[in-house]
Amino acid sequence: MADFDLAPLKTRLAEFAPQGQTALLPALQAAQQIYGYLPEPVVVEIAQALKVPLSETYGVIDFYTLFYRQPVGKTVIHVCSDPVCAMAGADGVFKMLTQRVALMQEGSTEQKTVTLERAPCLGLCEHAPAMLVQGTAVGDTGGATWEELMSGKNEPPHSVVGGAIHKLTANCGHAKTTTLKEYITSGGYEALQKALKKNPFDIIMEVKASGLVGRGGAAFPTGAKWEGAYNTAGEPKYVVCNADEAEPGTFKDRVMMEDDPHRILEGLIIAAYAIGAEKGYWYIRREYENPYRIVQHAVEEARQAGYLGKNILNSGFTFDVELRQGAGAYICGEETAQFESIEGKRGFPRVKPPFPTTNGLFGKPTIINNVETFCNIPLILLEGAQAYRQTGTEKSPGPKLFCVSGDVVRPGLYEVPFGFPFRRLLYEMAGGIRPGHIFQAALFGGAAGAFATEKNLDVCLSFEDLRLAGLPLGSGAITVLDETRDPRDVLLRLGRFFAEESCGKCFPCQIGTRRQYEILQRVASGQPQPGDTQRLQDVGWTMTDSSLCGLGQTAASAVLSAIQHWPELFS
Amino acid sequence: MAEMISLTIDDQPVSASEGTTILKAAAQIGIEIPTICFHEACTSNALCRICVVEVENARTLVPACVGKISAGMKVHTRSERIDRSRRTLLEMLAATVDLSEAPEILTYMQEYQAAPDRFPNAERRDPPIIDDNPMFIRDYAKCILCWRCVQVCASDAQFAYAINFTGRGFETQIGTFFERSLPETSCVFCGQCIGVCPTGALKPKRQWLLEQGQTPDEIMALTRSERHRRMRREIPAEGGTR
Repeated sequence: MADFDLAPLKTRLAEFAPQGQTALLPALQAAQQIYGYLPEPVVVEIAQALKVPLSETYGVIDFYTLFYRQPVGKTVIHVCSDPVCAMAGADGVFKMLTQRVALMQEGSTEQKTVTLERAPCLGLCEHAPAMLVQGTAVGDTGGATWEELMSGKNEPPHSVVGGAIHKLTANCGHAKTTTLKEYITSGGYEALQKALKKNPFDIIMEVKASGLVGRGGAAFPTGAKWEGAYNTAGEPKYVVCNADEAEPGTFKDRVMMEDDPHRILEGLIIAAYAIGAEKGYWYIRREYENPYRIVQHAVEEARQAGYLGKNILNSGFTFDVELRQGAGAYICGEETAQFESIEGKRGFPRVKPPFPTTNGLFGKPTIINNVETFCNIPLILLEGAQAYRQTGTEKSPGPKLFCVSGDVVRPGLYEVPFGFPFRRLLYEMAGGIRPGHIFQAALFGGAAGAFATEKNLDVCLSFEDLRLAGLPLGSGAITVLDETRDPRDVLLRLGRFFAEESCGKCFPCQIGTRRQYEILQRVASGQPQPGDTQRLQDVGWTMTDSSLCGLGQTAASAVLSAIQHWPELFS
Repeated sequence: MAEMISLTIDDQPVSASEGTTILKAAAQIGIEIPTICFHEACTSNALCRICVVEVENARTLVPACVGKISAGMKVHTRSERIDRSRRTLLEMLAATVDLSEAPEILTYMQEYQAAPDRFPNAERRDPPIIDDNPMFIRDYAKCILCWRCVQVCASDAQFAYAINFTGRGFETQIGTFFERSLPETSCVFCGQCIGVCPTGALKPKRQWLLEQGQTPDEIMALTRSERHRRMRREIPAEGGTR
């Protein structure tokens, strides 16, 4: 075994060791930065410093796909292979890269210089086909040459933002990040100043009155969540910003973080003040390297300006936020799995109840909200709940971000009031179906979603209307398929996604996602076996009814929806 | 004294103290709910989901092993929906692991009319037997991932932390640090894991050798030579090999 100079690691470990197991992911990430991967002696050093059993440390490393136990190339390329990028030709791009890499390695005895991996949705769907080159996002790679990709001059693509209103996205889509100064000029942090003069409980009542529900996919009433944590005795309390956005077809949180990070931070600080938390975490998926750097900078700006830290704006309120990066696991978007990950463990979802508001991060009362949810908070505080409710419908108040991707003229992020007609979003905002083609279907809500067909074109985008139509709102992802697309190929990729992202904790999802993927492979190749429809339904309903968390409970959603729309495709 | 809570299970009234699980409350009135991963001595993690029951007004089925009773709750332990989940789970398990030494699960398969060949051409978890120590073998082709061994090795009993999980999803396995052999880990060979294994995946070496057709005399000879080999090995190795 090669010798490793452990000195640089030991320097970093001095900072992590006092924190114990919660620093495990950051420590492993630091080590991987130094050594390129995680060799055994390095891991022993980390485990001993943080006092985590060796076996458990290994279990953590093996859980996350972006920790490497073997050496990798100097350049690591991740090519998205999920439906949106696949429709834009990602398979061809992957093939081209595979050949180039093979050519380069041919006859070479040197250590490999490029590692090429297939990746789950990278949240760059409006720039499909997309990839990460050594962590840097590269979009519209369909025509990119090998030399361009390897030039080291890749720039993350700019967001595409539109819509009927611009309440959440006022500072977005300008091809740049809104600085603290610009945010303040546009009225930023006024809501925080207003909030700090209020009684925390009144803030919670205001949020409750606004009717805001979570935008991560589960649509839980935000005010009720905050009230739960507020009313629970127990110190300390925590707030967590869930930025582990990884639902295929979803990229709204990425755009918000890249274009207007302070809006999210302001919402987070207000939430902390409301429930009495002094510490927050902001968990960003590892694939979002660019957003991570931007948020890091924004948090530093806010700290310097006194919006974070001790005695914020002379209010006596103290709060700070720690940024965390994931390590390649969709499941860590599930709230309790995210707590486990922050605590330095495998991202296994916990049995609920107890709920996070009473037993959350480190077992303490915690609120965890999605990026977009936090973006709504300054708005509610500034306008007041009544004015906020003027946008949207009575039962679905407020603005909503939709991620429109696939076969449309202008894929992008669109902000509309709840209740906005789907047809107008599709044809006016996103420019309609790509020229020469017609609408076949749209996948609502991402991998965990369901298909809308032509008969749903006039549905209004509100919780109540979508529920009537049997469609989920989910994370606000809408992936459009024109008449040339085979839904079976989309299902195959979604099936693979869930099979690869299942954490393996509960049996229905651990085995069901694999059995589902196997059957979908037969279906996609046009050779289903007799009884496969029934098998898919039995597996699907078993996962839906009996899985432990939301991943398993929705892993068959798109499949069951497709069986209803296109039964002939399955037999 | 904890508060008593009244509910109905399969339309029969039952009262139990607050904090009681549905599984325990049902047992009080003689209703048996099937379980696989559940073990009295281990923390319940609601993994296998065979114990799911219908609770009126709940969105999903509820695992009885961790689901707590509440006042006025109406629980049903058998229905078409429940049986579909249980049967499919058993069929998926049978398509994944070797259940030949898991008599309880085989009995459930009969009870729920689960077809062992329901999933044709399904990938099985079929790793080779690990025979890396003189005390017991690990045959993870029989492992259903009930977690009991990991739990008793850790904070449920022994605090040895020799084993944990590797991989994830369907590829999850029970393993050691960088796949080291057990003698190279913190394993103390207490045998707790063997005691809680429900499927014969962990088995004393002697039992396994007997099943392989070796005679007690042959096994004795084997043990003797292994002991000698180890003594010879240990003398120069003083000071530790790792």
